[in-house]
Amino acid sequence: MKTYHLQPPLSDEDVRQLRIGDRVYLSGTLYTARDAAHKRMIQALDRGEDIPVPLQGAVIYYVGPTPAPEGRPIGAAGPTTSYRMDSFAPRLYSLGLKATMGKGRRNQEVQQALREHGGVYLAATGGAGALLSQCITGARIIAYEDLGPEAVRELTVERFPAIVANDAHGGELYVEPRRSG
Amino acid sequence: MHSIQAETIQKQVRDMVVRVSRNLPRDVVAALQRAREEETDEGARQILGELLDNAELARDRDLPLCQDTGVGVFFVEHGEDCRVEGDSINNVLERALAQAYEEGLLRKSMCHPLTRQNTGDNTPALIHTDLVPGSGITIRFMAKGGGSENMSRCTMLTPAQGWEGIKEFVLDRVATAGPNPCPPTIVGVGVGGSFDQAPLLAKKSLFRPLDQEHPDPEIAEMERELLDEINALGIGPMGLGGRTTSLGLRMEMAPCHIASLPLAVNVQCHSSRHEEVVVS
Repeated sequence: MKTYHLQPPLSDEDVRQLRIGDRVYLSGTLYTARDAAHKRMIQALDRGEDIPVPLQGAVIYYVGPTPAPEGRPIGAAGPTTSYRMDSFAPRLYSLGLKATMGKGRRNQEVQQALREHGGVYLAATGGAGALLSQCITGARIIAYEDLGPEAVRELTVERFPAIVANDAHGGELYVEPRRSG
Repeated sequence: MHSIQAETIQKQVRDMVVRVSRNLPRDVVAALQRAREEETDEGARQILGELLDNAELARDRDLPLCQDTGVGVFFVEHGEDCRVEGDSINNVLERALAQAYEEGLLRKSMCHPLTRQNTGDNTPALIHTDLVPGSGITIRFMAKGGGSENMSRCTMLTPAQGWEGIKEFVLDRVATAGPNPCPPTIVGVGVGGSFDQAPLLAKKSLFRPLDQEHPDPEIAEMERELLDEINALGIGPMGLGGRTTSLGLRMEMAPCHIASLPLAVNVQCHSSRHEEVVVS
């Protein structure tokens, strides 16, 4: 298991060197989107319109933060559960998205998209929203402001920690439960 | 008849709701510390350490523990000899909740089920009230996150399935949920009652501190047995392996129809945020 320091936008080489269990520290720009924002982006793509996230090499962080306190760019900002975005993710990976970050397992379609398009899925520590927010130095809403906590934000991060849970080579980190019966 | 001013209750509940979002209960912190000492898996130890750091940081810097500050669940024990002066208890709780989520900078997560339009103030609250003897009001509050709630299930077993059937369903639920509900979890199990009562029993059971055994020794033994089997699954913190899949298992039982064995599993993430106030 290795440690990598990466700066989005990510290149194909950035992503293909990663293996499950590797620790990644991200610095630079991340985009936030969760359920409602994904639905809107996919509908926009269906209509042939542009979407607010520049997908080439991008990292999408599945998060809906709490409001920012005085003097901070953002409130608590840990990952939400990723499977709810499984139906949207393959299309975005096919359009240049390089990484998504959240918590919990991805389905077979997402794992196949990672292999086909050279992408990764990163796991951040769920329920550590106060701690992770300390790695976020800037945040601004770039689209869908009416969605409130679900608006699309551009985040600036420094050494944001995550673990490679699914790599571009078919690997999966999550353990299979041991059932005796 | 004893009377309590609506504003007094609102203030106390508002403060409790904000406090709950920033302070992990002491029994949960102690359970996380013990789990970290007992874990042999290095990755699991690191994650448990991050969760303890997160709890310390949230408290010290006045930040919510988690961005999912939950929906507001209240269990009210309303003394029969007590009346609320100035408004109904439900209105008071709704106002206190909205005020806490606005002033405490908490995320508002309540929305229309289909249009997904946010209600804007985290109301309505989910309020369950029991009338009890006495002249005070006990208000228990839980901020319940969506990730763990989504992994919860209710089923109707046959009486023949019994304890073995209960164990199988609970273990299967925890195994299937895997990393999704933010393990290490606390598993609430409701056995008996009816289709609506079993989940309430499960949810209520989550208020019992982790260092407090069930008063019925037989149920306490069943809780230990099921918790050991859950932790033998090896799912571990965040589903990345380890012996700490759940910090505790709480079970409550109630009589049920001779034809039925209702069962509910309410999964709670490690950020088990709840508290109670007694107003009198």
